[in-house]
Amino acid sequence: MTPAHDPPGKAKAAVGASRAVTVQGEAARSVLDEADIARALTRIAHEILERNKGAREVVLLGIPTRGVELARRIGERISAVEGSFGGVGALDVTMYRDDLRLRPTRVLGHTEIPESGIDGKVVVLVDDVLFSGRTIRAALTALDDIGRPRAVQLAVLVDRGHRELPIRADFVGKNLPTAADERVVVSLRESDGGESVVIAKREPVGEGTS
Amino acid sequence: MTEKFVLKGVRPLGGEPTDVILRDGVIAEMGAGLSGRGAQVVDAEGFILLPGLVDLHTHLREPGREDAETVETGTLAAALGGFTAVFAMPNTDPAADTAGVVEQVYRLGQEAGRCDVQPIGAVTVGRAGRQLAELGAMADSAARVRVFSDDGDCVSDAALMRRALEYVKAFDGLIAQHAQEPRLTEGAQMNEGALSATLGLAGWPAVAEEAIIARDVLLAAHVGSRVHICHVSTAGSVEILRWAKAKGYPVTAEVTPHHLLLTEELVASYDPIYKVNPPLRSAEDVAALRDALADGTIDVVATDHAPHPVEDKECEWSAAAMGMVGLETALAVVQQSMVDTGLLDWAGVADRMSTRPARIGRLAGHGCGLDVGAPANVTVYDPAASWDVDPAQLASRSRNTPYAGRTLPGRVVATFLRGHATVLDGKPQ
Amino acid sequence: MKHLLSAGDLDRDEALLVLETAEKLRELADRPIKKLPTLRGRTIVNLFFEDSTRTRISFEAAAKRLSADVINFSAKGSSVEKGESLKDTALTLEAMGADAVVVRHQSSGAPHRLAHSGWIQSCVVNAGDGSHEHPTQALLDAFTMRRHLGALDGRRVAIVGDVLHSRVARSNVLLLSTLGAEVTLVAPPTLLPVGVERWTCATSYDLDAVLPKTDVVMMLRVQRERMNAAFFPSAREYSRRYGLDAARMAALPEHALVMHPGPMNRGMEISADVADSTRSVIVEQVTNGVAIRMAVLYLLLAGAGSAVDDTVPEQRRGRA
Repeated sequence: MTPAHDPPGKAKAAVGASRAVTVQGEAARSVLDEADIARALTRIAHEILERNKGAREVVLLGIPTRGVELARRIGERISAVEGSFGGVGALDVTMYRDDLRLRPTRVLGHTEIPESGIDGKVVVLVDDVLFSGRTIRAALTALDDIGRPRAVQLAVLVDRGHRELPIRADFVGKNLPTAADERVVVSLRESDGGESVVIAKREPVGEGTS
Repeated sequence: MTEKFVLKGVRPLGGEPTDVILRDGVIAEMGAGLSGRGAQVVDAEGFILLPGLVDLHTHLREPGREDAETVETGTLAAALGGFTAVFAMPNTDPAADTAGVVEQVYRLGQEAGRCDVQPIGAVTVGRAGRQLAELGAMADSAARVRVFSDDGDCVSDAALMRRALEYVKAFDGLIAQHAQEPRLTEGAQMNEGALSATLGLAGWPAVAEEAIIARDVLLAAHVGSRVHICHVSTAGSVEILRWAKAKGYPVTAEVTPHHLLLTEELVASYDPIYKVNPPLRSAEDVAALRDALADGTIDVVATDHAPHPVEDKECEWSAAAMGMVGLETALAVVQQSMVDTGLLDWAGVADRMSTRPARIGRLAGHGCGLDVGAPANVTVYDPAASWDVDPAQLASRSRNTPYAGRTLPGRVVATFLRGHATVLDGKPQ
Repeated sequence: MKHLLSAGDLDRDEALLVLETAEKLRELADRPIKKLPTLRGRTIVNLFFEDSTRTRISFEAAAKRLSADVINFSAKGSSVEKGESLKDTALTLEAMGADAVVVRHQSSGAPHRLAHSGWIQSCVVNAGDGSHEHPTQALLDAFTMRRHLGALDGRRVAIVGDVLHSRVARSNVLLLSTLGAEVTLVAPPTLLPVGVERWTCATSYDLDAVLPKTDVVMMLRVQRERMNAAFFPSAREYSRRYGLDAARMAALPEHALVMHPGPMNRGMEISADVADSTRSVIVEQVTNGVAIRMAVLYLLLAGAGSAVDDTVPEQRRGRA
C-alpha cells in the first residue's frame, strides 16, 4: 500500500532530493524568491480584507499539503491587521477527486475546520498552484459535505494557466505563463526546507500540481 | 504364437550392459550379443532393467467411485509407472469386505490385463471397526486375499486389532494398519506444529501415528503374527520400528514417495493438492524416512495412489479430499529422493519396490528377480531422462498430482507383464 | 498490495499507513454527512459463508460511506447451502464484476484460495477465516489502542483466552509485533496451539501475574462447547482462572484498556461490570471498525490498479 503521492517519512527525503537536482539543473528557472513570496502573501491578505470589508466572516481553508501553510501565513497577516477573524483550517480533498483511478493511491491529508464552522461564512480556499482546476472542483464538493458557506473564494500563490474547468482564482500571487510539459515547483520552509517558486522541465510521474 | 522381445544393451539393476530375451512369459536368455531372431528388438542402450514394480498400497476406487478411477484406468497408470502388480485397497463402495467384492475386483484386474490386481480385504465389516469381516472367506476366494486393511481408517480398538492379528495366522495373512489414533486426529488437517498453529489448521500430531505403531508392534509380538504399517510418516515412527525390528518383532512398514520428497511448507499455499493422510511432515521427518528406507527399517515404497475428482480438490482446504495420485510418478520420485541422493542403488530400489512388497503380500510370480527362468515381469527405465509433470497427461482418471509443474528425473521406457509388453517406448500397448 | 489476507502481509509502514488513513477517515465520520464519493461506481461483495452480522454490517457501512455499491451474499439459505462450491460462487461474483470481495469463511485459508486460484480478478479482503486470521479486527484493535495510548512501541498487550481457535489472536500477534508492542498470550495450556513458542510473543498460564504490567488486556470469546471437548473442566473453573472480573481489573495499571472483539460471553470470560466499565473500549472498537474498513477499502480500491507490487508469492502450480 505504498503511496506514490506525498509519502510520509523517509520517502519525503527522496522527493526533496529530486527537487533540488531539478532546481539546480539548467532547465529550472527561478520565478519567485523568499521576499517575493512574502510580498505576494501580504498583498493577498490585504485584497481579501478589502474585498470582504474586513475578516470577521472570513474562514481560510488551506488545501494540503502547501496550501495549509500558505493559509496559515495569510491568516497571520490578516490577524495582524484585523482584530476579529473567522479562522484558519485545512481541507483535504483526496476522497473527492475525480482522478483517483488515474494514479497510485494517495495518502489522505488532514482536514480541520475552525470550531465556528463555515455556515454563512466566506470561505477562502488557499492552494499553492492553480493548474487544471480539478483540485478546486474537488474542494467545492468537499465543502458541500461540511456546510453551506455564504460565498467561496479562491486564493493561489501561482496561477500557471491550462485550466480544464470553468474555475478562476479571486486572489493570485503571480500569474505565470507556462508550457504544459513544464512543472511549477513551490518550496516552503516547513515542508521543503527553502522558499522559492521555480519552473522546471520534465514533469516526473506523480508530482504534478493542479 | 508367443511374443518374443530382445532388450539390447540393458543394464540389469544398473549393472553391466547385456542383452535379455523375454519369451514364453519368462526371462529366457541373458548375455552379450544375443541375436534373438524373430524377436522384437527394444533398444535399451543405457537403460536400467528392474523387476516389475509391485505396489502394496493402491486405491483403484472401483466399485463405487468410478468417477475418480477404475481398475482399467488405474492399472494403465500402474503399467506406465513400471508396475506389474498392485494391491487394491478395500475402501471402495461397497467396501471389499466379502469374498464377492474381492473376487469382483480381482476379475476386473484380470480383464484389464495390464497389471495384476491383488485385492486387499477389509479387516472389519464395512470398515466400521466393530466386527471382523469374513477374513477366511476372502482368503479362500479366487482372489486368495492375504493382506487385510481398513486403510483410510485405523483399526483403533486394541482388542479387535489383537483378534485380527491372531485370526489371520491361520492362512498366513497380514494386517496392514493405517496408524492413526482417531481421537487425537479429530478434524485434523495437517501436520501439527508451528506451521499448523500459524495457518489455523487443526493439527495431526505425530504421536497419533506413533502411539498406534507402538501398540501394534507389541501386539504383533505378543500374538506372534505379522503386522504391516502403512504410509509411515514421522521420525518417531521410524525410531519405534527400528526398536521393534531390533527385538525381532514381526513388523514391516512402507513409506510413500510423497513423504520421501514433500514437506508441510507446501500447505501454506492452502492448495488442497497437498492435502493427504497422513499429512506432509517436516524436513527432519523426510530425512529420517529416507534413512530408514535406505537401511531397511522401512521395507518398501508404496504409492498410496489416491485418485480424487477435480471438484474434490478445487475447493477450500477443509472441504477437500485427502490423497494424491502416485503410480505414474513413484519411480521418478524415488530416483530423485533416494538414488540421486546416493542413499539407495538400483538393486536397492528393486528390493524396496518389487522383491519385498511381493514377499510381504505373499504374491507369487512377482518380485522374483532377474534370473533366467524367472517370470518376465520387468521394467525398462531410463534414469537419464527428465520430464515436466503435466496433470493432463496422466493416464489416471484423476489429476490430483502434487508434482504438477515440477521436473522429475527418469522415464519408464517399457513394462512387461509375463513377457507381454504393457508399455513400449513410454506408451501403453 | 492487491489483497488483505493476513495481518502478516503488512509491513510496519503499510500498517501505519492504514492506521493513519483510518485516523483521517474517523474525522470525516464524526461529521453530519458521512458519505464520500470516493468509490462511486465500484462494486464490493460481502461474501459471508459464516454468520457474522457485526462484521458484515461494519464492512457494509464502510463501503457505503465510500459510495460503493454493496452486494451482500450470505451463504445461509443461498445456493451454497444447496451444495454450490466456493469456485462456482467465485465465478458468479466475477461475472457480476465485483471489484472487491470481502469474505468470511469457516475454513482457514478460504480467502487465500479465492485470491490465488485464478477464479476471480477482484481484490480479496479476509473478514475472518476459520481459526486462521481476521486482519481488519487486528487493525481496528491497534487503532483503538493508539487513540488511547499513542504509539504502540514497547506497549504491553495481554491476549487472554481461547488462542487455539482464535483468528483474532493470530492477527493481533502479527500486527502488534509489527507495530512494536510486546504481546503475551494468556490461556490454559490446552487452549494454546502446539508451536506457539515460535510466534513473536510470550505466553503465560497465569493471568494474575500478567495483569499488573499490562497496558491493554484483550479478552477472547470462549465457547462453552470447548468444555465438552475437555479443553477445560467447567465454565466456572475457566471463569475463575481466566475470567476478567472487577477484582482482577483493579490489578491493572490506571491507564490500562479492556478490549474484547465480541460477541462477549458476559459472566464467562468477562464480567458485566468490567464490560461496562470506563476502562472498557469495547463499544468504541465497533465505531473504529468502520473507519479501519473504510481505510482498507480505500487503499485497495481507490488508486490505479494495485497501489504497489503484489507481495504474495507466486503460486507454485497452475491447477488443482
